[in-house]
Amino acid sequence: MCATCGCDSGSNTSIQHLGENNGHDHSHDHSHTHLQQKTIVDVEQDVLHQNNLLAERNRGYFEAKNILALNLVSSPGSGKTTLLERTLIDLKDKMEFAVIEGDQQTTNDADRIHATGTKVTQINTGKGCHLDSHMVLHALQGMRPKENSVLFIENVGNLVCPAMFDLGEKERVVIISVTEGDDKPLKYPDMFHSSTLCIVNKIDLLPYVPFDIVKVKANARKVNPTLDIIEVSCTSGEGLSEWYKWLQSKVLAPQLN
Amino acid sequence: MHELSIVMSIIGIAGEQAKQANATIVDEIELDIGTLSGIEMNALDFAWDQAVKQTILENTERKINRIEAKAKCLDCEAEFNIQHLYDACPVCGEHFLNILQGKELRVKSLVVS
Ligand SMILES: Nc1nc2c(ncn2[C@@H]2O[C@H](COP(=O)(O)OP(=O)(O)OP(=O)(O)O)[C@@H](O)[C@H]2O)c(=O)[nH]1
Ligand SMILES: [Mg+2]
Ligand SMILES: [Zn+2]
Repeated sequence: MCATCGCDSGSNTSIQHLGENNGHDHSHDHSHTHLQQKTIVDVEQDVLHQNNLLAERNRGYFEAKNILALNLVSSPGSGKTTLLERTLIDLKDKMEFAVIEGDQQTTNDADRIHATGTKVTQINTGKGCHLDSHMVLHALQGMRPKENSVLFIENVGNLVCPAMFDLGEKERVVIISVTEGDDKPLKYPDMFHSSTLCIVNKIDLLPYVPFDIVKVKANARKVNPTLDIIEVSCTSGEGLSEWYKWLQSKVLAPQLN
Repeated sequence: MHELSIVMSIIGIAGEQAKQANATIVDEIELDIGTLSGIEMNALDFAWDQAVKQTILENTERKINRIEAKAKCLDCEAEFNIQHLYDACPVCGEHFLNILQGKELRVKSLVVS
């Protein structure tokens, strides 16, 4: 058990606040010394109970500070970090941002975000294939994002595993790029089902790949009829204004400069 | 493979419940797993075998209740079984579905001693 928050701690997760060094230790202690006869215990407990509890705790923190937290999910390489880089630079004067980067290894993505001048924390999950609410909780304790800010949480590139783990985000944004095939929403329905916005990225490459944008939208809406869909190219900048509009519409209170 | 962290959570729940019951052995564990829970059963088996070693569940008998997914159409109110999240209503063909069951992922009961 993690002494700090009472949840099961991820064993080989590391959290680095760029520009600082914040070690974090968990000690574990168990002892059992009883003997008894067979008893049936009615448990009826959700396996994700601990994760969901901590996610609610994160959500409460975000609400109290009026932070818009977005969980960005996609396959590896769909353009999550590139989208963030563009957004952080383009909206620098309009909103306050902070970023949590989740990757198995390296601080490459956090370094890219750091270069834009944005507050960023890197979570390395080791072998872990997704972020969970516990990791985010500890990242938040170190980074303390400002009130009225937008917090982007870039999840580990993986269209399967992160789907089940609520981080406490307000909205989940799934990104797919046109090089991935228009049947992605049907192959990985959980992610599209649990997201509220789908960004179709790399539309500058449409002339070169057999990707049917009408079909991908239809497929995504079979899984999730209320899904918003925005087409962008982070390279050419096409469509980004739609994404910025969406983002601004989600920011609850007027932003201070 | 998120199934590994799912198994870790199950071990955690079992350990805690056993402790509360002053028990040291979990003889049986019963799980409810819906067909739309996002759990791949083969992956779960694989993760299980690895993760339970040297834990309270190492020698525990595991029982899994697979719960068939059911949905209700928000357009025509029909209720039916579904296999996938993208299934259409068999009556009206629409996709506005309310999932009634099949998302379960819980520890139902334990037998401890
Ligand atoms: N042509 C084109 N390339 C893009 C676009 N957006 C991103 N890329 C490229 O796609 C590659 C992957 O982009 P990233 O932003 O690192 O993707 P990611 O989703 O953060 O990747 P992971 O964090 O590893 O999962 C990079 O080479 C980007 O330059 C785009 O709109 N068009
Ligand atoms: Mg990235
Ligand atoms: Zn219907």
